Amino acid sequence: MAGENQTVSEYIVHHLTNLTFGKLPAGFERYDGSIVADGGAWVMAHGGDEASAMGFSAIHVDSMIWSIGLGILFCWLFRKVARNAESGVPSGIVNALEMIIEFVDNTVRDTFHGRNPLIAPLALTVFVWVFLMNLMDLIPVDLIPSLLTLFGVEYQKIVPSTDPNITMGMAVGVFILMLYYSVKVKGFGFVKELTLNPFNHWLFIPINLFMEVVGLLAKPFSLGLRLFGNMYAGEMIFILIAALFSAGVAWMVPAGLLQIGWAIFHILVITLQAFIFMVLTIVYLSMAHEDH
Amino acid sequence: MNINLTLIGQMIAFVCFVLFCMKYVWPPIVAAMAEREKKIADGLAAADRASHDLELAKEKAVERLKEAKEEASGIVESANKRANQIVEEAKGAALVEAERVKASAQAEIEQETNRAREQLRSQVAALSLAGAEKVLGAAIDREAHADLVDKLASEL
Repeated sequence: MAGENQTVSEYIVHHLTNLTFGKLPAGFERYDGSIVADGGAWVMAHGGDEASAMGFSAIHVDSMIWSIGLGILFCWLFRKVARNAESGVPSGIVNALEMIIEFVDNTVRDTFHGRNPLIAPLALTVFVWVFLMNLMDLIPVDLIPSLLTLFGVEYQKIVPSTDPNITMGMAVGVFILMLYYSVKVKGFGFVKELTLNPFNHWLFIPINLFMEVVGLLAKPFSLGLRLFGNMYAGEMIFILIAALFSAGVAWMVPAGLLQIGWAIFHILVITLQAFIFMVLTIVYLSMAHEDH
Repeated sequence: MNINLTLIGQMIAFVCFVLFCMKYVWPPIVAAMAEREKKIADGLAAADRASHDLELAKEKAVERLKEAKEEASGIVESANKRANQIVEEAKGAALVEAERVKASAQAEIEQETNRAREQLRSQVAALSLAGAEKVLGAAIDREAHADLVDKLASEL
């Protein structure tokens, strides 16, 4: 909740700032007035200005920790089931996880017609991992950041998928796989696809190339930015609703109702976004495998 | 909202998790699921076979039952026949026995009658002799008139 000495916009900005560790350039004036010495300095950013000044050589510590933590949770959970996998009667969590696996397997089978042992595990990882990252959105926005503030951690964004680095990181990973399989499966055909499509004439090669490259690049961007946009918007609304609580006692009840309503609706969104990310991954890789 | 090293970090983590999933998660679970599927399919097939066998066994049982019933009714019939036969035989034997008893009784009766008759006859002869003696006044010689008396006795 917005503190007494914090305006609503400060509150929102605070919630949208990652815990950033990075290298400040030399000569940068820090928040306390000190000047960064020659050769720069690796420090925790204090505020958005410092984080932006760090440029590319910075890392969102919170996003990384939550993302990798959830990835490890996924691996641990599924590995536990995999280690005890047997053909007997399944029960409890085994049932639930097998349901997910069967669902992913069916989706892959429906969409991807080639033979590639990577696709199904990739789809499973994408689906469960993205789902877990999105699920962090349902934790009350102030809970963990406030707790961590007590321990001196200034900024904390606990939903990794509201960080474009995270979503684009996965999308670029998929993109690299797409390029790899396009070249591997089609070989020279991939170049032909880029240059002689849709107008099959050598004169049109530059136009074709431009259009195809745009189309190709649109794929990872649509993949990563769609997830980011949806989750960012959802998170934003949670933050706005949370800000409502500070608007006065009269706003508590409607804000609470809104919070519950949006959270329930968001259960749908997080699942759907995870599913869409998975399906698009499969579809893009399937396209990379198909010769025209 | 800055693009920075986090992107590279996430890519590396992504690759690691996908490889882990591909090596240690997906194959064992999918293998176990496939095996279970096969097991279930086998089980269903076995159940089908079993129900088919049951059907056959039921038919067989019905057949056997019918046979047994027929056999039983045959046995009952022959037993009845035999019983009737025994009764008839017994009846015949009883009739014969009765006949025999009757005959022997008749013979005895006849014998008795004859004996009584003889006795009576001799008594009558004696009585008539005594009567005649009394009438004639002891004049009649027993020896001399024996013929006459016997004749008379035989006429009785």
